[in-house]
Amino acid sequence: MFHRESGYFKTTYQADMALYPLPIGRYAIIAVGVVFFILCPFFLGEYYLSIINLVAIAVVGALGLNILVGYTNQISIGHAAFMSVGAYTAANLATKLDLPFWITLPAGGAMAALIGMLVGIPSLRIKGLYLAIATLAAQFIIEWIINHTPTISGGVAASIEMPRPVFFGIELANQAELYYFLIVIAAIAIVGALNLVRSRIGRSFIAIRDQEIAAEIIGINVFKTKLIAFGISSFYAGVCGVMYTYYLGVANYENFQLITSIDYLAMVIIGGLGSVLGSIFGAIFITMLPIAIRLIMESVGTIFVDDAALAQVIAQFRLIIFGGLIIVFLIVEPDGLAKLWQNIRNYFRFWPFSY
Amino acid sequence: MTNTAGPGGGIKLTIEGASKNFGGVRAVVDVGAEIREGEIFAIIGPNGAGKTTMLNMISGFYHPDEGSINFEDHDISHMGPSEIAALGIARTFQNIALFRGLTVLDNLMLGRNVLMKTGVLSAFMYWGAARREEVEHREKCEDIIDFLKLTDLRKTPTGALAYGLQKRVELGRALAAEPQLLLLDEPMAGMNQEEKEDMVRYVLDVNQEWGTTIALIEHDMGVVMDISDHVMVMDMGEKISQGTPDEVRADPKVIEAYLGTTDNKEVA
Repeated sequence: MFHRESGYFKTTYQADMALYPLPIGRYAIIAVGVVFFILCPFFLGEYYLSIINLVAIAVVGALGLNILVGYTNQISIGHAAFMSVGAYTAANLATKLDLPFWITLPAGGAMAALIGMLVGIPSLRIKGLYLAIATLAAQFIIEWIINHTPTISGGVAASIEMPRPVFFGIELANQAELYYFLIVIAAIAIVGALNLVRSRIGRSFIAIRDQEIAAEIIGINVFKTKLIAFGISSFYAGVCGVMYTYYLGVANYENFQLITSIDYLAMVIIGGLGSVLGSIFGAIFITMLPIAIRLIMESVGTIFVDDAALAQVIAQFRLIIFGGLIIVFLIVEPDGLAKLWQNIRNYFRFWPFSY
Repeated sequence: MTNTAGPGGGIKLTIEGASKNFGGVRAVVDVGAEIREGEIFAIIGPNGAGKTTMLNMISGFYHPDEGSINFEDHDISHMGPSEIAALGIARTFQNIALFRGLTVLDNLMLGRNVLMKTGVLSAFMYWGAARREEVEHREKCEDIIDFLKLTDLRKTPTGALAYGLQKRVELGRALAAEPQLLLLDEPMAGMNQEEKEDMVRYVLDVNQEWGTTIALIEHDMGVVMDISDHVMVMDMGEKISQGTPDEVRADPKVIEAYLGTTDNKEVA
C-alpha cells in the first residue's frame, strides 16, 4: 500500500526498466505468490479452488482480449469463437492422437492464432464499429463450421470428452489437482503479457491505438502489427479455451457462444482497457459476480419470490446487473477497476501529506 | 559525432517533375528540386501552395501522379511510409501527432522502433537479447532526452505536456530514428518567441552536430532566411523560385506571390 519511490536510487537503466522497480512491489508479488501457491490450496476447499480455477481461465482470455482491444484498439466480438477453435483443436489432438497437455495447449493456441489472424485481415481497411461487425460475423461462421463438421465437433452433440491432463504420470482429476495446472498457465500468461506490453511489440500496439498515421510514419508496418495483435490475442484466447476444456473435461461449442464474447468484453471494459492488471481485476470481478449474486439472492431473495421462481430470477438478475455495471463503468470510470486501484495507490503515495 | 555539416556534399534527395492532383485540384505541379547532403532546405509559400503535399509525397503518404522522388539510390515514389522510414527519413507533423497516452521516453523509444528487432517470442520472455536491446536503445534515447532538455519530463505522458514541449518531443521522436533526412512541417508554428528561439537552436544543432540533412516548411520568414542554405518557394502548386535566401528574397516572382502584383497595387 505504501508505494513510495523516495530513497531508492536506480543506477542502471535495467533497474529502472524492471517490472517492479521498488522493493515494495517485489514483496507484494512474492506475497501474492505465497497466497496463491501455498496458502490457497492448503486452506480452501475444492469448491473455492474451482472458483479460482475459473478466474485463472478468465484471466488468460481477458489478457488476450485486452491486448487486442485495450492496447491496439481493434475491437473483437468474436473472441469466444477463437476460444472454441483452441478447445476443439486440443480436444481432437488429445482424443485422436493421444497427445499430452504440453502439446495440446500451444497447439490450440497456435490454431486459434491462425484463425484469428485470418479474421484480422480486414482490420487494415475497416475500423471501429465495422470491424466489430466483421468479427461478430466470424463468431457465427466459426461456430457454424465447428457445429456442422463432424470431424471437428465429434458428432451430433458437438461435444468431445476431454481426457484429464497428465503431469509426470499424475492424472489431474479433481479441481484441487487442476488448480496448480491452471494457475501456473495463468501466471505465465500474466508475466508474458507484462513483458509484451513493455517491449517493442507492445509499444507498437499502443502507437497504433494512439495515432495510426504517426505510427506508420515512424516505420511501423501497421497491417503487420495489427495482424500480430490479432495473432497474440487469439493465441491467448485459444489457450484459454483449452484450459476451460481441461477444466470441464469436455469441449462443447455452447460454452463459447456470443454471450461469452460479450462477457470477456465486459471484463476488459470493467477491469480497464489497456492494462494488464485491469484484465486480472475484470476477470475476477465478472467471474465472481454471478456467484455473489446467487449467494445474495439465495439468502434474501426468498423474501420477495418463492423458491420455485428464484432460479429464474437469479438468471435474469445477473444480466440486469451486468448491463447496468457496464454502463456505470463507462460513465463513471471509463478506465475501469485498474484506474480505481491506481487512484488508491496515488492517494497513499503522498499520504498523509496530500499536497 | 563529427562535424559533417554544411552544404556541398552529395545530393541526398532528388525530386523530378513531381505532380499530384486531388480530383480537379492540382496540389503540386511539375516540381523539381534537389536537397544536398548536410544542408537545411526550406520550402516556403502562401497557404495552400502545396508545401505539405510535397512533404507528404516525400514521406510516402501520397505518391506522385507524375515524376519521381529519389532518396540516395532508392526510388521512393511508390514506397509506403514505413518502408521510407526504414530508409532513414523521419518527419514531424504540423498538427502534433504524438502518442498521447505514452510517456516522453516511450515516444522516443517508438521513434527507434524501426531500428529494433525484438520478435514476439523474445518480447514475451523479455530475456537475453530482448532485454539487452531495450537497454541499449534506452541509452540512445537518453542522449536525445539530454540534448532536448527533457530530463525531468521523461516519465510524463505527452498528452499532459505544454504545446511547445510537445513539439520538442515530436522532434525528439523523429531524431530517435537517427534519420539521414529530417522533414519538419512547421516546427515553430504557434510558438512564442522564446520557444521559437529554442527550436531554431535545436534544429541548427541537429544539423551541425549530427550532420543531419533537414527539409523544413516554415512561415516565419525571419527564421527561414536566417537558417536555411537553400529555399524553394511554391505558389499554387508550382515552384516559382529557388536559391539561397538572398537570391529568393530579391526574386520579383516571390515578391509578387507574397505581396500581389504591381498592377494590382496600381489599381488599388
